[in-house]
Amino acid sequence: MNWTSRNWPYVLELTGAHLVQSVLPLLLGALVAIPVARLAARNRTLRPVFVTGSSLLYTIPSLTLFVVLPLLLGTQITSVVNVIVALTIYVVAILVRSSVDAFESVDRDVLQASTAMGYRPLRRFFAVELPLAVPVLVAGLRVASVSNISMVSVGAVIGVQSLGTLFTDGLRRSILEEIVVGIALTVLLAVLLDLVLRGTGHALTRWQRAGRARTPVPRVRRGAVA
Amino acid sequence: MSLFGTALSWLTDPENWSGAAGIPARLLEHLAYSGITMALALAVAVPLGLWVGHTGRGSGLVVGLTGALRALPTLGLLTLFTLLLGLGLVPPIIALVLLAIPPILSGTYAGIANVSPALKDAGTAMGMTGGQVLTRVELPNALPVILGGIRNAALQVVATVTVVAYINLGGLGRYLIDGLAVRDYSRMLGSVVLVAVLALAVDAALAVAQRLSTSPGLRLASP
Repeated sequence: MNWTSRNWPYVLELTGAHLVQSVLPLLLGALVAIPVARLAARNRTLRPVFVTGSSLLYTIPSLTLFVVLPLLLGTQITSVVNVIVALTIYVVAILVRSSVDAFESVDRDVLQASTAMGYRPLRRFFAVELPLAVPVLVAGLRVASVSNISMVSVGAVIGVQSLGTLFTDGLRRSILEEIVVGIALTVLLAVLLDLVLRGTGHALTRWQRAGRARTPVPRVRRGAVA
Repeated sequence: MSLFGTALSWLTDPENWSGAAGIPARLLEHLAYSGITMALALAVAVPLGLWVGHTGRGSGLVVGLTGALRALPTLGLLTLFTLLLGLGLVPPIIALVLLAIPPILSGTYAGIANVSPALKDAGTAMGMTGGQVLTRVELPNALPVILGGIRNAALQVVATVTVVAYINLGGLGRYLIDGLAVRDYSRMLGSVVLVAVLALAVDAALAVAQRLSTSPGLRLASP
C-alpha cells in the first residue's frame, strides 16, 4: 500500500473527475431521453425511428466518439467535454429504448381515469405518468450508470484524466498497485451510484410498498365506519 | 467537412491498403481478436446460461456475477493482465472475454428462463426428456433473445478491440494510437471511421441472423 499512501490526494482528485464524467452524462442523458421516449411511446411513426436510431448510436465505439467530437465541437482532444458529450450520447442510446418501455408499462386505464378526473396533459404527465414509469426508468438508468462508469476510463487512452489514468499510468510505470486501486475504486463507484439510484427509485415509488404493507386493515375499518 | 475530407483521402490512399500495416491486414487482425474472444466467451457463457435457465439453479449467482463483471473496467483489466502476464495476445483476450461474458450469459439465461412454463409442460407431457425439452422447446423459443445477447456482446467486443492497440497489439486501433502519438488527425479519423463501419456491419449481420432465427411457428403465432 506504499504507492497509495503516497498518492492519495491524486487518487482522490481522479475519483472526483471520474464521478463528474459519469454522473453529469447520466443527468443530461435522462433530460434528453425521457421527453423523446415519451413522444415515441405514443406515436406509431416516431417509435421505430427513435428506438432504432438510438440503438444505432450505441454501435459507435466510444473511442471513436472521443476522437471525432473535438472536431465537431471545436474542443481540445483531451478536453473533459468530449467525454461528457460522448457518454451523454450513450446514455440517450440506452435510455430511449428502456424509457419507451417504461411509458408503455403505464396502465392505459389509469391514464384515462386521470383524464376523466380533469387532468390536463402536462399535469397528467408529471403527476401520473412519470411517477408510474419510475420503476422501469430507474432500471434503465442503472444499466446506463454501470456502462458509463466503465467507459469513462477509456478516455484516459487519449489523455482525459479519470480513474482510467491510473491504468495507463500504472502500466507505463509498471505499478501493479496503481492499477488494482483504479479497478477497485471504479467498482466501488459503480456500486455506490447503483445504491443511490435504487434508493431514489424506492423513495419515488412509496405507493408500491404502502399498498402491500397495510391492505387489509384500513379497508376493514373504512367498511366498518360506512 | 475538410477534416472528414482528410479522413476520406487517408482512407482512399492506395498506400494504406497494402502491406503488413495496411488496412486489410489490420482489419483481419481486428476480426481475428474479436473472433477468438467471441468463441471463448460463447464456449463459457452459452452452456452455463442454458444450464442455469433450464434447471433454475444458481440464477441468483448469474445475476450477481453478470452485474459484478459489468462493473469491471475493461481498460483496467487490460492493463492489469498485461502487467501480470506480459505483452502478447493472452492478456487482452482474457480482458475481452470477461467483457463479452455478461451479455451472452444474461441473454441465454433470460431467454431460456422466460420460455412459457406451459410450453415446457407440454413437451414433458408429450414424453420428452429434460434434454429434449431444452433442445426442441426451450432453445428454439429462446433463440432470438439469446442472439440478442450475443449481438450485444459482439458489438462491445468489436468496439473495445480498438483499445488493445494501446498495449502494442494490432487491429484497427493501431492507426488511432499511432495517429494520436504524432497528432495525425486524418489517420485517427480514418481509423475510427473503419471501426464504426465494422461495428455497424457486424451488428447488421447479427440483426439479420436474429430475425431469421425466429422459428416459423412463433412467427405465425405473433399478431
